[in-house]
Amino acid sequence: MSEFPTDLKYAKSHEWARLEEDGLVTVGISDHAQQALGDVVYVEHPEVGQTVSAGSEAGVVESVKAASDIYAPVSGTIVEVNEVLEDAPETVNQDPYGDGWFFRIEPDDVSELEELLDAEAYGELCEEDEH
Amino acid sequence: MSRQTALHATHVAAGARMVDFAGWDMPLNYGSQIEEHNAVRSSAGMFDVSHMTVIDLPDDSGRSFLRRLVANDVDKLGEPGRALYGVLLNHEGGVVDDLIVYRRAKGYRVVVNAGTREKVLAWFADNNAEGTAILERDLAMIAVQGPDAVARFESTAGTAGVSALEPFSMQEAGGTMIARTGYTGEDGVEVILPGDEAVSLWRSLQAAGVVPAGLAARDTLRLEAGLNLYGQDMDDTTSPLVSNLAWTVDWAPRDFIGRAAIETEREAGISQKLTGLVMEGRGVLRHGQTVITTEGDGTITSGVYSPTLGYAIALARLPRAAGGSAEVEIRGRNHPVKIVRPPFVRHGKRVYKDPR
Repeated sequence: MSEFPTDLKYAKSHEWARLEEDGLVTVGISDHAQQALGDVVYVEHPEVGQTVSAGSEAGVVESVKAASDIYAPVSGTIVEVNEVLEDAPETVNQDPYGDGWFFRIEPDDVSELEELLDAEAYGELCEEDEH
Repeated sequence: MSRQTALHATHVAAGARMVDFAGWDMPLNYGSQIEEHNAVRSSAGMFDVSHMTVIDLPDDSGRSFLRRLVANDVDKLGEPGRALYGVLLNHEGGVVDDLIVYRRAKGYRVVVNAGTREKVLAWFADNNAEGTAILERDLAMIAVQGPDAVARFESTAGTAGVSALEPFSMQEAGGTMIARTGYTGEDGVEVILPGDEAVSLWRSLQAAGVVPAGLAARDTLRLEAGLNLYGQDMDDTTSPLVSNLAWTVDWAPRDFIGRAAIETEREAGISQKLTGLVMEGRGVLRHGQTVITTEGDGTITSGVYSPTLGYAIALARLPRAAGGSAEVEIRGRNHPVKIVRPPFVRHGKRVYKDPR
């Protein structure tokens, strides 16, 4: 069964976002998303310095099975990408909320996070997905 | 409501991710499809393939029926106990389905795909002026594949003589057929047996260390082995001559459905071929992507990340003269690929050669 940590916010497109103490927002894909994709074999990151708006494309994740776009959950500037995933893309499957993060955004407006789903609402969305 | 195999509850209890496949609720994976793939390449894995369609032709007239419908000649089978791969063609020379024909002590058994079941049964009925008996069977089928598959199967099932069977041959006893066939590029057996015996065989194989593997691993294994998937690499509109299956056509004098069309195609000059691509750089080749060659464009029919090789491989239909290197467009960028002759992997090892 999928896990949904309660300290995260979730996009309907299955990214999670965490507001860090330094004011940056870390982004990854949910446990539900990694299970649906299966073994991840390739991650294409956005460029560091690239500006993104909430809901815009910010990279691609490919599993053996399928390719899937990653969307920025909030607007801002990409300040860091997780280079570990270039050589060890399976980290996304092993630790989706930890070492398997994708990128960090310097947000334009942190209040955009409030528009995302909380763990409970996102969990319900995933449950509907499965039925 | 999806159909369920005799092993359905076993898959669900094992935590398999189940998906609809051709109207059947089937296991996609039981965890990591790459681990399942690697188990088959390095040791032994097993697949529930009970969704495949098993049809028996018990009468002597099955011979003339199959000689007229299969582009390969079932007379090559000679003795009972042999198996033959071939294709059914329509009158335009397109592939109705691919199949394995087994010659039994009396009559024949054919195994066709799950997704083509109704089409093939209708095709058989429409081309059966002689009234050959055609009996669909409701049986389970388990494929045990990998370098250790035959030994583990023999010790588990207590069936002697399987290791002595030649590839593409089979033995039958007590309602169970054990064939040295498969869809992975490894040694192994495909066992066709009564549904109520499937669960106990599955459990004892698992206890012997054979790893359950799902449809996802089956797809990466068959693609590494350069084996076509019906509906993706070939269909009703593509002939065997452009599907890397010319070797399955027996041209010796004999009338079979589709012969005239593919003879015309051969005489006019074959314009395309189904061949392999490898992309050693990053990214994954996928069905439907465009391939740009010096001889014109082609299309990827099946593409996947190869767990054995560690990079993407594909089957693609290309202009016949294409060779060497090409490019594939992925998300608006062109990536270099090599055009190679499949298979990519056999018996756990890379077997394709780099283009000159």
